[in-house]
Amino acid sequence: MKKQKRLTLLGDILGCIFGILIFAVPFLFMLVNALKDRRGANLLELSFPETWMWENFKEVFSANNYQILTAFKNSIILTVGSLIVLIIVGSMAGYVLQRRSDRPVKIVDTLVMTGLMIPPAILPTIWVMQGLHIYKTMFGMIMVETALQIPFTIMLYKGFMNTIPVELEEAGYIDGCTREHLFVKIIFPLLKPVTSTIIILNAVTIFNDFTNPLYFLPGNDNVTVQLTLYNFMGRYSSSYNLLFADVLIITIPMLILFLFFNKKIVDGMVAGAVKG
Amino acid sequence: MNKKKIYSLWFLVPAVVIFVVFFIIPMVTSLFFSLTVWDLKSFTFCGLDNYKTFFSERSLSISVRNTLIYAVLTSGLKVIIAFFIALFLTSKIKTKDFLRSLVFFPNLVSAVAVGIIFKALMHPSKGLFNTVLAAIGISGPNWLGDTNLALFSVVAVDVWKGVSISTVIFIAGITSIDSSYYEAASIDGATRWQTIRNIVMPLVRSSTNTIITLSLIGGLRCFDLIWAMTKGGPGFATDVLASVVYKQYAAGFFGLSTAGNVIMFAVIAIIAFPLQKFLNSREVYN
Repeated sequence: MKKQKRLTLLGDILGCIFGILIFAVPFLFMLVNALKDRRGANLLELSFPETWMWENFKEVFSANNYQILTAFKNSIILTVGSLIVLIIVGSMAGYVLQRRSDRPVKIVDTLVMTGLMIPPAILPTIWVMQGLHIYKTMFGMIMVETALQIPFTIMLYKGFMNTIPVELEEAGYIDGCTREHLFVKIIFPLLKPVTSTIIILNAVTIFNDFTNPLYFLPGNDNVTVQLTLYNFMGRYSSSYNLLFADVLIITIPMLILFLFFNKKIVDGMVAGAVKG
Repeated sequence: MNKKKIYSLWFLVPAVVIFVVFFIIPMVTSLFFSLTVWDLKSFTFCGLDNYKTFFSERSLSISVRNTLIYAVLTSGLKVIIAFFIALFLTSKIKTKDFLRSLVFFPNLVSAVAVGIIFKALMHPSKGLFNTVLAAIGISGPNWLGDTNLALFSVVAVDVWKGVSISTVIFIAGITSIDSSYYEAASIDGATRWQTIRNIVMPLVRSSTNTIITLSLIGGLRCFDLIWAMTKGGPGFATDVLASVVYKQYAAGFFGLSTAGNVIMFAVIAIIAFPLQKFLNSREVYN
């Protein structure tokens, strides 16, 4: 037994050393270099800064006429907007898709589930958006993000509906509840746990999305945080301190989210992945 | 009780409309537009020319090979590495919560940010990787500049970023194994390795299948990390289908770009759907 104990202690120590080396050092590297002056940062060394340059953050913020603030505003509108639409349409659809099993429902189900595997068709999507006059608009972008996350959202809602007893609706129906009331007043509040999982997972995906805004939301006024990061990469390729400061500013929201919802995020991702 | 009355199909309409307009219609029309030369307004039909161009030009067709290598390597490595990390994190160690968070965090950082950090770490002359290698007397390679190595460097970063999802899925699988299996094995005098090989591995097969399918599809679609790190370069060494779609779009060859997109659908459909069937047929139920 003593040997066993020593072995786990050794495991703990080695695990922490390798874990920190492999997973924490890259972030530490970014952190220290974000606080150096330009010459120091360009050496790309893992060492504490000689002078702590907190001004770097100020410079990144004010760069390009405070573009990063516009970007944060846009990213937040995009994320929140998509989430609201997703939750409303996804919960309604997941509810009916789980409760019924006739032909039209099966067709919709198959259709939606192809979206879990197949990537979007980029240019035809732009073509559709142009036809509707919503290309390069925030509304159009929200619709595209919603369409892309609908399959995953519906899948999670459907999975959770399994655990809600059908007798609730029967009782409500007999008591004379309309079907809209039934859903809004009885079912939707019961979906709260899965709704919060969906909020967190989709918020991370949409906030971190680079590819779709690159295609569907071009233009300087529409820039999202991931796109400013990408633009910075070209402009500040010779000032790593500013580049890393930018990365840091953009990663902070995720870090805060992670500190508060660590367990929720991990469990949600497992639930989502396993059901897929 | 009348099911049709309570569960009205109207509830499906908003989701279906959004999904059909912004996903299904583009997907279906892409089959047609890939056969044309077009500029989003007018088009001329050109038959299979786009596909012929795609497969006859090495700079384009190489992307199919790269995509396959990328997807197979990332999903294979994620399965193997995640399995051992998960075994380690389900053992009796005390710091597992801390380590789990540590492994998980990269997953929340955007691919572009990860790309920027690793591009700096992999800098050929002053990057941290090569500085460390030089300290022990090895002259490090040009991670992202060497045409034979660049793809594998990006694969490594993808695995670093994404291994955590696979790990947590394995952890869920391993902890759901009934402890009576382990007891029976220890009574029969099984070694640690025999237990892993004959009990854990077969019983987490459904987790393994999920991970393989998920990461394979993710790998086949990957764009942002590759674009942030190499932009498909050097040359075409790290060009994948998704980056070819973007490059042709940026160059104004919309028909060719759409053809690339359709080839991507085809590759995913050919690999992912049968694979999922095959894997599901091999599952062992707990």
